[in-house]
Amino acid sequence: MAQMKYYYELTISSSPHVHSPVTTQTIMRDVLIALAPALAGSIVFFGLRALVVTMVSVASCLFFEWAWCKLMKQNDKTYDLSACVTGVLLAFVCPPTIEYWMIVLGAAFAIILVKMLFGGIGKNVVNPALAGRAFMFSWPVAMSTWVKVGFGNAAPIIGSTADAVTAATPLAAMHQGQLPADTLLDCFLGNVGGCIGETSVVLLVIGGIYLVVRKVISLRIPVAYIGTVAILSLLFPMGNDPLLWCGYQLCTGGLMLGAIFMATDYVTSPLTKLGQIVYGIGCGALTILIRYFGGYNEGVSYAILVMNCCVVLLDRIGRPTKFGAPKKEAAK
Amino acid sequence: MAFFFGGVHPKGNKEYAEHKAVQEFPEPDLLVIPMSQHIGAPCKPLVKKGDRVLVGQKIGDNQGLCVPVHAPVSGTVKSVEMKAHTSGTTVMSVVIQNDHLQELSPEVQPRTQEAVDKLTPEELMGIIREAGIVGMGGATFPTHVKLSSGIGKVDTIIVNAGECEPYITADDRLCQEYPVQMLGGIQVIMKVLGLNKAYVGIEDNKPKAIQALQDAIDPKTGIEVKVLPAMYPQGAEKQLIQAVTGREVPSGGLPAAVGCAVFNAATCKAIYDAVYEGMPLIKRIVTVTGDVVMDAKNLMVPIGVTFNDLMEAVGVSENPYKVLSGGPMMGAAQYDLSVPTIKGVNAITILGHANNFNVEDSRCIRCGKCVDVCPMHLMPVLMYKALYSGDVEEMKSVHLMDCIECGCCAYTCPACVPLVLAFRSGKQIMRDAAAAAAKK
Repeated sequence: MAQMKYYYELTISSSPHVHSPVTTQTIMRDVLIALAPALAGSIVFFGLRALVVTMVSVASCLFFEWAWCKLMKQNDKTYDLSACVTGVLLAFVCPPTIEYWMIVLGAAFAIILVKMLFGGIGKNVVNPALAGRAFMFSWPVAMSTWVKVGFGNAAPIIGSTADAVTAATPLAAMHQGQLPADTLLDCFLGNVGGCIGETSVVLLVIGGIYLVVRKVISLRIPVAYIGTVAILSLLFPMGNDPLLWCGYQLCTGGLMLGAIFMATDYVTSPLTKLGQIVYGIGCGALTILIRYFGGYNEGVSYAILVMNCCVVLLDRIGRPTKFGAPKKEAAK
Repeated sequence: MAFFFGGVHPKGNKEYAEHKAVQEFPEPDLLVIPMSQHIGAPCKPLVKKGDRVLVGQKIGDNQGLCVPVHAPVSGTVKSVEMKAHTSGTTVMSVVIQNDHLQELSPEVQPRTQEAVDKLTPEELMGIIREAGIVGMGGATFPTHVKLSSGIGKVDTIIVNAGECEPYITADDRLCQEYPVQMLGGIQVIMKVLGLNKAYVGIEDNKPKAIQALQDAIDPKTGIEVKVLPAMYPQGAEKQLIQAVTGREVPSGGLPAAVGCAVFNAATCKAIYDAVYEGMPLIKRIVTVTGDVVMDAKNLMVPIGVTFNDLMEAVGVSENPYKVLSGGPMMGAAQYDLSVPTIKGVNAITILGHANNFNVEDSRCIRCGKCVDVCPMHLMPVLMYKALYSGDVEEMKSVHLMDCIECGCCAYTCPACVPLVLAFRSGKQIMRDAAAAAAKK
């Protein structure tokens, strides 16, 4: 009789028994790293209040997710860092002068109503940060007061922000069909009024390149999205120089933030390659439609929210043909 | 460059054992020979307690889809009883007390090249059956059945030396140390199937094995080495056929449907041993390796040596987390280490606690990485969703049954969703539903 010579606590499970080092947590960490340059830029453009708003937003998102899990006796999954990403993105789409209590409520809406009530990570239909922003338009004045950039004009960290010198964003002028007063270079660098994280094209693109290199996102959605906006603005320049008009359309209004970081959110974007391309095109077309004809001059966030709702349909197109499918089926 | 769609690049971890030459494993005092080491009907024991057995003596056989099993050592039958098996169940097994005399059975008679040349394909298939040869890559399908069903249908022979599983180096060492035997076995297969061409598929991360094969190949034999990019699951049958020939085995079909037959490298050597040496399949190369193994080895192991004995031969540096029969991508975790090595076990992989990636309440984040890596072009994310909903029709529509359980999706899933586990149970649900529908 062959005896058991050793006794070990052996674990039994289905194969595979090894795992890729990439986990939800490392992906979210990469997204946070990719957002860091834009955050650093926002501190330069808008002062330390931008950083404090972002920190309040992140802390609120983490707290609400943790509290919800405790309250509902669910597994606390805040360690996956997805709430941190939501927090940063929510702050990035708010003006630096936003009141802290407003962003706390926005975070509560994003995390509890949009994410946790639908079942937590992976189950939400629309992007929590963008939905939180849409909710925060309950305070339209606070959400569309744009402070003039530069250290001298930075909003105070504590106390009233009412004294800050305000300025119009480039999009406001463009909504009237006119080229904005800011130079295209300022728009590209981010040295213009706007939301905390949306202004600097160059810093957002650096983050995007990092995400593509790390294979966190593919180019499909950002290229389809930005490409569609570029083509449509070239075709319909509203009487301006097409190239200059197109440049302003691409470099303003949070397009880069939306195309690189919001539209590529795994949970609320399609699974199939074709679905992703159609989704990107849809986002681009809706962005232009809202910017040209909408009552409000900012198109990116609502375009993405609308396309989020189409994902369930877009998942049905472009499914791969299974290996060894009969010719008839393969031809379909 | 030949390629297939999908796949992953798990860390190879071949360095533990790839430079270790094959050593003879010192025969232990007790061996457990299960009567079921192949797909098909289990053997009936031909010996009883107290019988003396000799090396290579047939100790179990049966009718139908079955190959015999043989005594790997000489000695006395200690018992015939149900014993633990790598499949997780217990099977009838013959326990042999080794007398260390290595007395050969008179049935074991070598053949000269002239004698082999005179053998007909039918006689060769008979020898292969009587030698108990099965697919040694893990599937353990009786080789003589694959050969006889392939005559006339197969136009391309592919020998699988891909060894895409991490850690395992058994076929790598086989190609380096026994190329003549392996190529001789391939020629026997070519003769049986009446073909003058065969390909050996091997991954480009085994340069020494490729060199050894190319040095040993006589161009007149029509055997050609096909170097394939290292990618898991390159050695999966359907993917290998696609990579070598560009043909796609139809869904639900066998390789013969596209004129291909795939044989494992170790099977080819076993065929050579049976035909030329007259020696049935009683030994095989087993890589005993893993990240907590102190001295990984490639061992020539008699069938029936327990995992305990093999673990003792390599030593472990910490309490193992899992002990696998096979490699880490498709191997089966064992809980009882008194299980014996059988014909289809090419490796024992011993993993430490660093490999615990189990996540409680794992949540799909819809990243779609599983879709990108699936070599069967399926959508594991939707298969999992269908399974979760319990909708059998939906499971059919996402082709759950086409899953080959290679593990690429579960390996790559950032949320650590146990996809393969889910699909295995999903297939059972579908089989049960089909059986229930048939009853009505």
